[in-house]
Parts: sequence; C-alpha cells; structure tokens
Amino acid sequence: MAFEYEKYIRKGTLPHIWCPGCGHGIVMKSLLRAIDGLKLDKNDIAVVSGIGCASRLPGYLDMNTLHTTHGRALAFATGIRLANPKLKVIVVSGDGDAAAIGGNHLIHAARRNIEITLIVFNNSIYGMTGGQVAPTTPLGAIATTMPYGNIDPPFDLVKLVEGAGATFVARTTSYHTAQCEQLFKQAIMHKGFSVVDVIDACPVQYGRRNKPREAPDMMQIQKDNSIPVQLAQKKKPEELVGKIITGIFVKKELPSYTDTYYNTIIPRAQAK
Amino acid sequence: MEKKALLISGNESCVEGALYAGVQFYAGYPITPSSEIAEGLAKKLPKYGGVMIQMEDEIASMGAIIGASLTGKKSMTATSGPGFSLKQENLGFASFNEIPCVIVNVMRGGPSTGAPTGPSQGDVMQARWGTHGDHPIVALAPNSIPEIFTETVRAFNISEKYRIPVVLLLDEIISHMREKITFPEKGELEVIDRMKPTVPPDQYKPFDVSNSPLPLVPPMAAYGTGYRFHVTGLNHRTDGFPTNNGELIEKELHRIMGKLDLYKKDMFRTEAYMLEDAEIGIVAFGSSARAAKYAVNELRKQGIKAGMLRYITLWPFEGAAIEMLAQKVKFIVVPELNMGQLILEVERAAQGRTKVYGVNRVNIEIIHPHDIMEKVKELSHGI
Ligand SMILES: Cc1ncc(C[n+]2csc(CCOP(=O)(O)OP(=O)(O)O)c2C)c(N)n1
Ligand code: SF4
Ligand SMILES: [Mg+2]
Repeated sequence: MAFEYEKYIRKGTLPHIWCPGCGHGIVMKSLLRAIDGLKLDKNDIAVVSGIGCASRLPGYLDMNTLHTTHGRALAFATGIRLANPKLKVIVVSGDGDAAAIGGNHLIHAARRNIEITLIVFNNSIYGMTGGQVAPTTPLGAIATTMPYGNIDPPFDLVKLVEGAGATFVARTTSYHTAQCEQLFKQAIMHKGFSVVDVIDACPVQYGRRNKPREAPDMMQIQKDNSIPVQLAQKKKPEELVGKIITGIFVKKELPSYTDTYYNTIIPRAQAK
Repeated sequence: MEKKALLISGNESCVEGALYAGVQFYAGYPITPSSEIAEGLAKKLPKYGGVMIQMEDEIASMGAIIGASLTGKKSMTATSGPGFSLKQENLGFASFNEIPCVIVNVMRGGPSTGAPTGPSQGDVMQARWGTHGDHPIVALAPNSIPEIFTETVRAFNISEKYRIPVVLLLDEIISHMREKITFPEKGELEVIDRMKPTVPPDQYKPFDVSNSPLPLVPPMAAYGTGYRFHVTGLNHRTDGFPTNNGELIEKELHRIMGKLDLYKKDMFRTEAYMLEDAEIGIVAFGSSARAAKYAVNELRKQGIKAGMLRYITLWPFEGAAIEMLAQKVKFIVVPELNMGQLILEVERAAQGRTKVYGVNRVNIEIIHPHDIMEKVKELSHGI
C-alpha cells in the first residue's frame, strides 16, 4: 500500500515552494515516514524552523508548527521543550540557518544535551537568498558572493556538533531515503540533543554555478561518493577526499537537560 | 494579623510581582543592572515548578520565552540596553504573532556599552520602536518599589489579556534602590490568564477574531493541547499561513495595531500630583518623577504652583491628559535622563497650546529636584 502522506500534510498548503529538483521535499518525505513508523501522535510533535527554503517545511505539516527568525529555531525550540516536556521537538534548518547565524545556538543546544532533534538540510549554499556562500560551501566552489571561488573553509557539521557535546550525531544524503528514515527515527527517539546532517541538493542556486549542474547528477554524486562510516574508518585521509561519510558517528546516553531540570532541580529547590 | 513590611530592592520587587502574576518560565542572559531578577527567579521559580534557564545570549532568551509562551506558559525575560537591542528581532516576532510575554529592561547609560551601572532613561523610544516595522507594543514605567510589584503584575495581565508583548521599563536607580513594601495577599490584585479557544481544534484559526468575546483579540491555543496550528513571522492570514495578499496583510496589521487604540483606556495609567490648581506642569516618569514630586513640593513652599503628571504607562502614549494640562498651565517641563525623548510626545500632544521645555542629563547622574526647580524658576521669571 502506498504511503499516505496526506495524513501529515496540512490541507490546502500544497504545492510547496521548492524548485523542481530541490532535495528538500525528498527529505521531508523521509521525515514523515519516520514519524509514521514511530507511531507518534501529531498533537505531541512540535516542528520548528528558522528562515530559508528548508525552513518553510513546518508550514506543510499538520502538527504544532513554528517558523521563527533566521538562525533562532533552536532557541525557540528550547523554550518549547523545557516548558512542555511532553512534546517531541524537531528542528529543521538550512545549513546557513543552523551553522552561520544560528551557530551559537547550535553549539549550546549540543552542550546542553537538550531533547531536541535537529535535521540540517545541508545543500552547501544559501538557497533562498540566491546562492551566496554558506559556512558549508566547499573550497573553490562558486557562489554569488564568492564569484572567483570560495576561500572560506567549510564546517564539518558532524565534527562541530560532536565537539560541542551532541549525544546522537549522524549523516546521510537526500538520495539515501531509507537511511534518512532510519536515522530520523533513531534521532527522534534519542534522549538528548540529536543531529542528522543531510547532504542535500540545490540545483537552482548551487548546481547552476558548479558541477554537476543538474538535479539527477547531483543525486548521482550523493550516491557514488557516499561511504559508510565503518568503512571510512579503515581508509587513509587522502582516500576520503570528496567523500560523504554517512551513518551514525555518535550515540551515547548522558543526562539530558529537561529531564535533569524536572527530576533534579525542581525537587532540590522544593526541598529547601 | 498585621502584614509584615519588607525592605527590598526594585529588582527583587519585580521578581515577587512576577511570581504573584504566575510567571512559569524565565529565560535570560546576565547583564547589569538587571541580573538580580534572573538570580531571584533562578532560586524561586523551580520551587513553584517553573523553569528558569540562562541562555547563551539575549537573542536566544527572547526566542525561548516565545517558544514557552506558545505552550501556554506565562513567560518573561529581563535585560538592559545592549541585551534589549539584541532582543529586538524576536520581540518583533512576538508582537506580530501576538505572543504574550514580559520583557524587563532595566535602563542603563547608553549608547552602546555605555555606563553599565549608570542611571538612564534612554530607551523610551527604543521600547516603542526598537524592532523594525509598525507593530504593537506596551511599555510601563513604575517609579517605586511597591509600584514595580504592581506594574509587573499589570504587565503580565495586559500581555496575557490582549496578546501584546509588554516592556517593563525600569532604571538603574529604582532597580537597585531599597524601599518598604507589603506584599498583597493572594486575590488582592487581579491576575489575568490568556483567553483559550472555545471552538474544537479543527475549526481553530490562531488569528481569527470573528467569534472572540474580546474584540480584535484572538483566543490563544497552546502547543500540545490538540490544537495544531502554524505560527510564522511572514505576513499571515487568520489561519496562520503565509500570504502575499496586500488587502489581507493590511487588514491584519490594522487589527493588531488597533488593539492599542481600542484598549488604551484599560492599559493607561498616570498619577496626577497637585494638578488641580497647577500653573506649571511637570510631566515625568520613572526615577525622574521622584525628583519631580520633590520639586513640586519645594516650589509650592516658595509660592510657585507647580503640579506633576506622571506617566506610568508610556506606550501606548495617551495625549489627552497633556492636551488638558496644556490649556491651563503657563508651561510644561519634562525632566528625563536622556537628551529628550518623552518630550517629543508631550510636545505633540500639547499641540502648541503651551511651551514645553526639557530638563535633561546624560552625565550618569540622577536628575536632582534642584535641576527642575531651577528650570521652573528661570522660566517663570521670563513670563
Ligand atoms: C536576520 C536575517 N538575516 C538575513 C536574512 C536573509 N536570509 C533569508 S534565508 C537566508 C539563507 C538561507 O540559507 P540556508 O539556511 O542554507 O537555507 P536554504 O535556503 O539553503 O534551504 C538568508 C541569509 C534573514 N531572513 N534574516
Ligand atoms: S533555491 Fe535551492 S534550496 Fe531553495 S527551493 Fe530552490 S532548489 Fe531548493
Ligand atoms: Mg542551504
């Protein structure tokens, strides 16, 4: 039986704003299948975003949804989660949203290990504003604000959030829909801050100025260049240049913020 | 049993007022001279089962209280000038989406880092127009420790009732000064909670006012209660979804701004001191009004009939009282710890009916009664 996306899509909100060939919609589908597979109640899910193409996603979902300001989704989400620990809170962000303007909130959410799942729609570019360089754009790539080639080294988001203390960290691509779904499931059920870095494609603002240009070829690259983390560990660094390392990088149990606040701080304060 | 009077600071009074009003969520970032509010709530909020979190900056604090408010919790933050500047973008988000929240700004000397422990009233205009675009906002400016308590309660009430962010403008003087206060008993002051929707979830539109018992104010559902709704900072329709329809955009903006006009009377509060027979009007607020009151008393001893109109609600600014005052006094003096901000509104309301003069300081000293008296006497001679 075909999957019933209608169960989760708000009536009257489609068609979405994404360009033909954009990877964002494919990742959204994986997210919906993950939510469905987990049998979560729509009333108990909050989906929060910042600003950008990816950040338009919450509007399409029939859940508690919040489209905030550029880069600040994790801050709003922290308030939601702490004020109502019953809610599963999922943040969807573009790479610019999460790692540039929102970088401070990103490292602090990771450090705090607050029970939020962050999905980064990592298309290596500022899509919505027209192809400006992002903190994820590869060196040498062309962006409208790097017309002679990018000289600003990119973040490895996995390493960044791992270093900051995230307790579940994974990477996949928009091509790997089954892996996306599986990783989203695990991330959403993880107790603590979980991040899935999804390597995504923006044919219109990135592809247009770089190689390959077309959406199908960009997907092909995601497929061909991916290598599971277990295999990558056995390779030399020079063998991994240009590769997309996928899978789960971090998965550990540590005290999470909301849990600790309600179960330790409140009783401690009330005992005094 | 007689109630016990306590000697506490303005910031402590703000903490107690917030707890009385039922604050459930606080997010903030330390900054002088506001930090005692965060510290007080860090100690006390968890005792009531509430949440206090120190965020990574003021932008995050503002975002967090909006998120918490969307789950139905009474939320607040406190800061001072530099932090108030950082909060502005998200404050605009709260204003546009009619999300109840209280923002305390303990004003300090500016611009920029300015004077962290220096007194100032330099954020009058920022409180009204700090974020971009036309937007509704309310600002209250108490001038004593007991009044900080009652105005904090009122800030929550106005915010919850009308779904407008309320800025509580304190200043370094009244925040750190200590005064006697007797806390009101439970029930003595009104405490208002936001209006919840009465329609079933499938009929709920977050910005629809057609069935609201309170004109122009939409009932507010909470995330996680079965009402699944969308909130965006983009121009939106009454169902919360983005729109580019100019007519709808204008209609919604007029509605949210219209709340200020429609409920101005309920939001408005002033204190009239010796105004009945006044020949000279002093218009003041916050700590400067304390000096103004003293000056009125002294001037009267010297045979000069001065009176004071004190604004407790700064925004929305109600000019009617000034209009009346301007018709009967020889001139109006506006003392404020800035280079002349409130005076612009006073002049506008006076409409040239009388002359309006400022008494100003930005030398991180308070305005002395003497400053006001000198100005009044100097101007009186000229008449
Ligand atoms: C404070 C602020 N600064 C800048 C912008 C303009 N802006 C909108 S989206 C965007 C970048 C989006 O890029 P990304 O987060 O990677 O999302 P994508 O569009 O690629 O999905 C920028 C800079 C804004 N809306 N707000
Ligand atoms: S500009 Fe790029 S990221 Fe935005 S919708 Fe189009 S393809 Fe997707
Ligand atoms: Mg991007």
